[in-house]
Amino acid sequence: MDLHRRRKLVNRLALGLSMGAMAFGLTWLIWILWTVLDLGVGALSLSLFTEMTPPPGADTGGLLNAIVGSLILVGLGTAIGSPVGILAGIYLAEFGRSNWLGRITRFVNDLLLSAPSIVIGLFVYATVVATTGRFSGWAGALALALLVLPVVIRTTENMLMLVPNSLREAAFALGAPRHVVILRVTLRAARSGVVTGVLLAVARIAGETAPLLFTALSNQFWSLSLNEPMANLPVTIFKFAMSPFQDWQRLAWAGVLLISLGVLGLNILARILFRAEKLS
Amino acid sequence: MSTLVPAVDVESRASAPPRPAPRSKISGHLFTGLSTGFAWLALAVLLGILVALAVASWPAIETFGIGFLFSAEWNPPAERFGAVIPIYGTVVTSLIALIIAVPVSFGIALFLTELSPAWLRRPLGTAIELLAAIPSIVFGMWGLLVFVPIFAEVQPLLAATLGQIPLIGTLFTGPPMGIGLLCAGIILAIMIIPYIAAVMRDVFEVTPAMLKESAYGLGCTTWEVSWRVVLPYTKTGVIGGIMLGLGRALGETMAVTFVIGNTNFLNSASLFLPGNSITSALANEFGEAGPGLHTAALMELGLILFLITMVVLLLSKLLLMRLAASEGGR
Repeated sequence: MDLHRRRKLVNRLALGLSMGAMAFGLTWLIWILWTVLDLGVGALSLSLFTEMTPPPGADTGGLLNAIVGSLILVGLGTAIGSPVGILAGIYLAEFGRSNWLGRITRFVNDLLLSAPSIVIGLFVYATVVATTGRFSGWAGALALALLVLPVVIRTTENMLMLVPNSLREAAFALGAPRHVVILRVTLRAARSGVVTGVLLAVARIAGETAPLLFTALSNQFWSLSLNEPMANLPVTIFKFAMSPFQDWQRLAWAGVLLISLGVLGLNILARILFRAEKLS
Repeated sequence: MSTLVPAVDVESRASAPPRPAPRSKISGHLFTGLSTGFAWLALAVLLGILVALAVASWPAIETFGIGFLFSAEWNPPAERFGAVIPIYGTVVTSLIALIIAVPVSFGIALFLTELSPAWLRRPLGTAIELLAAIPSIVFGMWGLLVFVPIFAEVQPLLAATLGQIPLIGTLFTGPPMGIGLLCAGIILAIMIIPYIAAVMRDVFEVTPAMLKESAYGLGCTTWEVSWRVVLPYTKTGVIGGIMLGLGRALGETMAVTFVIGNTNFLNSASLFLPGNSITSALANEFGEAGPGLHTAALMELGLILFLITMVVLLLSKLLLMRLAASEGGR
């Protein structure tokens, strides 16, 4: 075979494989989404949102306490983690661009970003659960906040870095003090990017199971007390999916559907928001 | 009259500005202090994790010493613990995931940047990124209840084909149960493909068009341009993406816990056998572990996992820095 023919053949083969890889990736996505939709929608019912998680063997029950618990934990985690993350991100972009604290924090933040979420759970267990002597909603919210933190720090810094310096200089030239420039000018210019970061962080923690296993644990009953173990969707799904009971598995599929829809919805919302800003 | 004007000026200068100034100064200091403090907080969290895990695992470190890393015995009733099997499981499943995910991701990135019609690029890219957003518990549950039964049917085929190859054949022998190290590796691969593919696509896209056009102008095929021009030009970014995927795979908990089989006995190289990873051991045993050595040993596993992921990140950063330095002269 001459060289020309061989090169063409190799090219065609490689491009064919590349198309195959794309199809391979999409197949999994479609397969997983289809299963979740199919089994999840089949398990949807009104009692899902009105009844508590059932004891073993019961053929009724819903996910109300788990859904509410998840909303509380994710809400609290975001409320604690994102302001701290935004301020630390501001430090990195506005005060610490090239000083040593900025460099170290940026590096440490990369480490935190890549830290396995289960390790965060262990950390909160060792510091909060072990010292207070009980699993609690607060511990779960704290673990989630620690997962929100590095994501928000990173996106806030990146978004503030995109704000042109001429904007800052113009505000300084008007005599505005530094914090006014940051809060009223640069942060406002980067607003949608920062919000996108927070949304993505929420999407990340909404499905997190591992850090809640050792912190919020789970609760079969209705409880809004943050000092008690708190029901939440991911841990409930884990427990129910591993169980031999058909009814529990049905509930788990319904829970998986709810989480998937929520997370995908947040991602799409973040995308739309970010794109709208870029176009305007 | 002319003396009155400066008098008014002096008065207003003396009375008006000082009032807002201190408040603005205080809030300015407060703002700077807060953001600086929270930057320190990131540092404190990292140190806190290391210290808290080290303290919590101290009983195990004291009892087993360095032998913890070389013992394959994990026996809670006898209070004898060794980390070989969980570490083996973590490393093997992550390697399987990389072996599958890296070529596939490269193919996807190649397709998205070079082959796909322009109108398909955005939706397909978004679809792959959405795959990254699916929570790991969904992968785990889908893996256990949907993928495993099907995979158990495929395993005899693997044993009949790959299992016959000398040397690597032993990896594909054993009972076809579906669950096990290989299954966990495959699910991990599906999970990390979008991360690696997204990074690769992003770096391929920033390759200067002139570079590619020059190669095409010399008569290169699309494949040759991608393999010999685009890939070398973007190798730092590509390695960064692979390391990102590896970090995900090492620390992934739920997807692995569902399908790895959770057993602490391992006496053959077969990938069909069930095993345990650091994360699955933690997820399964931590809740039931009594206080004392068992909990401490699990904490030490967590510490080891954190150190491994830190080393991976450090290595990738070092590698990228060296590559960047060696290319600085070009």
